[in-house]
Amino acid sequence: MELRDLYDRFRDPAAIKALAKAIAKEAQDLEPFSIMEVCGGHTHTIMKYGLLQLLPKNIFFIHGPGCPVCIMPKERIDHAYILAMQPDTILCTLGDMIKVPGSRGSLQDARSQGADVHFVYSPLDVLKIAKENPDKRVIFFAIGFETTTPMTAALIEQALHYGLENLFFHINHVTVPEVMRELIDSRDEHIDSYNNRIDAFLGPSHVSVIAGSKIYEEFPAKYHRPVVVAGFEPVDVMEGVLMLVRQRKEGRCEVEVQYRRSVTREGNMKAQKLIQKYFQKRELFKWRGLGNIPKSAWRFKPEYADLDAEEVYKEILPIGEIEDHRLCICGDILRGMAKPTECQVFGSACTPSKPLGSCMVSSEGACAAYYKYGNLLEAQ
Amino acid sequence: MKQITLAMGNGGVENRELIEKVIFRHLKNSYLERAEDATFLGTPQHLCFTTDSFTVSPLFFPGGDIGKLAVAGSCNDLAMMGAKPRFLSCSFIVEEGFSMRSFELILRSMKKELSINSAHVVTGDTKVVPKGSCDGLYINISAIGERVADVSERYLEPGLLILISGSVAKHGAAIFAAREGIDLESDLKSDCKSVWPVVEEMLSVGGVKAMRDATRGGVAAVLNEWAGASDVGIEIDEAAVPIADNVRGICEILGFEPLVLANEGTFVAAVEPHRVERLLDILRRHDLDAALIGRVTKEYPGRAVLRSEWGTRRFLDMPSGEILPRIC
Repeated sequence: MELRDLYDRFRDPAAIKALAKAIAKEAQDLEPFSIMEVCGGHTHTIMKYGLLQLLPKNIFFIHGPGCPVCIMPKERIDHAYILAMQPDTILCTLGDMIKVPGSRGSLQDARSQGADVHFVYSPLDVLKIAKENPDKRVIFFAIGFETTTPMTAALIEQALHYGLENLFFHINHVTVPEVMRELIDSRDEHIDSYNNRIDAFLGPSHVSVIAGSKIYEEFPAKYHRPVVVAGFEPVDVMEGVLMLVRQRKEGRCEVEVQYRRSVTREGNMKAQKLIQKYFQKRELFKWRGLGNIPKSAWRFKPEYADLDAEEVYKEILPIGEIEDHRLCICGDILRGMAKPTECQVFGSACTPSKPLGSCMVSSEGACAAYYKYGNLLEAQ
Repeated sequence: MKQITLAMGNGGVENRELIEKVIFRHLKNSYLERAEDATFLGTPQHLCFTTDSFTVSPLFFPGGDIGKLAVAGSCNDLAMMGAKPRFLSCSFIVEEGFSMRSFELILRSMKKELSINSAHVVTGDTKVVPKGSCDGLYINISAIGERVADVSERYLEPGLLILISGSVAKHGAAIFAAREGIDLESDLKSDCKSVWPVVEEMLSVGGVKAMRDATRGGVAAVLNEWAGASDVGIEIDEAAVPIADNVRGICEILGFEPLVLANEGTFVAAVEPHRVERLLDILRRHDLDAALIGRVTKEYPGRAVLRSEWGTRRFLDMPSGEILPRIC
């Protein structure tokens, strides 16, 4: 099998056009219907493939907070910066995390100041770096949703197995259902109301490959919001939208799986056990643009404190809070109350190379995706 | 002589030996042999002049090495301006302890690339710096060419067609895969090559208004710069852009956009519609992947736009910052 066999069919122009036609037909009598795609990967697909241009005028996307790089608060990035600047230290993290500025600068800035910062494709690459540099302390700044958490847990398991004493972890793994609940259920302090415009959710498939589709069952049951777990290719997203439109039209409200090729209700139990083995929920975790959300992130269990960089480096890591920029309206964008282009600093004071707010930070954030790909709908 | 030593950059006997026994052996020609403070070049006409420094890591990569890259890269810059490469200067900055065998391999591939361009290194310099002061070997090349056709990014106008000389992103993908940190098995090869032979044929047919090799920043950077320079829009048919399967694979895995990855031999040309068939024929004789990928338009001046196979359009943005894999 060629690699392209894995994705070609899911980008098939005929299939995409057929789905667009079906959505337009089924949605023609619907009231305005707003779908939040929770995950930044979906935002990226929607913008990259121009899918907004294929939807009828009564279907809207609200671009959600599911980008682990975007939601990382400055406080945590400052931790990474401080750790990277320690002598004889190698700081490792994933991909575009190194671009994101905290209050002291980004990890890229730390690197230009002489810090040894590596980005790795897989957390297990960190094992090799730690083995090859026994005289250095290697710190893994771990980020990501349910998708990457088991990989960090697997790395911890390996580190313990090999008895590596120079490898430490700064854990920033976050979880999806808690932030979805927060968006529907929390009071918006700016306008003092429980305002949001989310009618339905498109759930990220990769999260459910690990955690199962069961994690979304509370949303139809408790909040009357249907959820479709969908893949990341354009055909997946369009089919997911069609499934939500059909639920609405037929008066159903349930969890459905579009990404049937790998998602089950239970998910990957082995991965879930590995997470439970090393981690427990934090009481609170701050999300950039959204504030503190209860039980929305993992931390080490106390018995692994000697691997936990937050414990080992307690003395030098600040705990004070840093305010989000006051002109930034990321919170409103994430609740569907505003579009990126309605923000007064969008594209002027706030750009991907100098982001003020979370949504501009990574290419998976709503503002960055709007900025990068534009939206040529009006011209057509 | 297994390694290059600091003494070989001292201006004395060892320095002379390195130049005469090693460098001249590969790059010698009647200009270089005079070995004076400066070289008299006669009176070439319609000069184009360019310079570039090469610091690629790793020095040897699938499909080329820093020597081939340096000569091809500088000569290609001239070719893209419609100039036939003639004279090159060549400065080496070598790290103490650099393997002599590697140095000779690099000189040999420079020699081969020079002969493809019928160009000569006519002056040069070699410095050896202490261990740790540079990453093996850096090369700076300045090059002079004689212009045979007037082409420029300022000549773009609506109606011109956009051609690409081969499949894109091979160099960027090969270098990325070869670098430490990303261990991926693959048969990726850089597209590093000299383009003057194919360019010379194209210019003899006429109808070429602008050419640019899509090096750092890839095809996306070229199209955005062109759109800005001539205040026109450029629309590209996404499905028409040739991308090799293995390149697409690495981009899928790492979340890269092939259009922003570097090329080192693949170039973009803006041509008049009535010559497009003949020019495409010439390109395809050199590389079967060459294709017609888009057109210059009046819409969205200053921007490049990608059109998908299902009819949607989006901006193709100028790449910025370090190119990093997306995390999930």
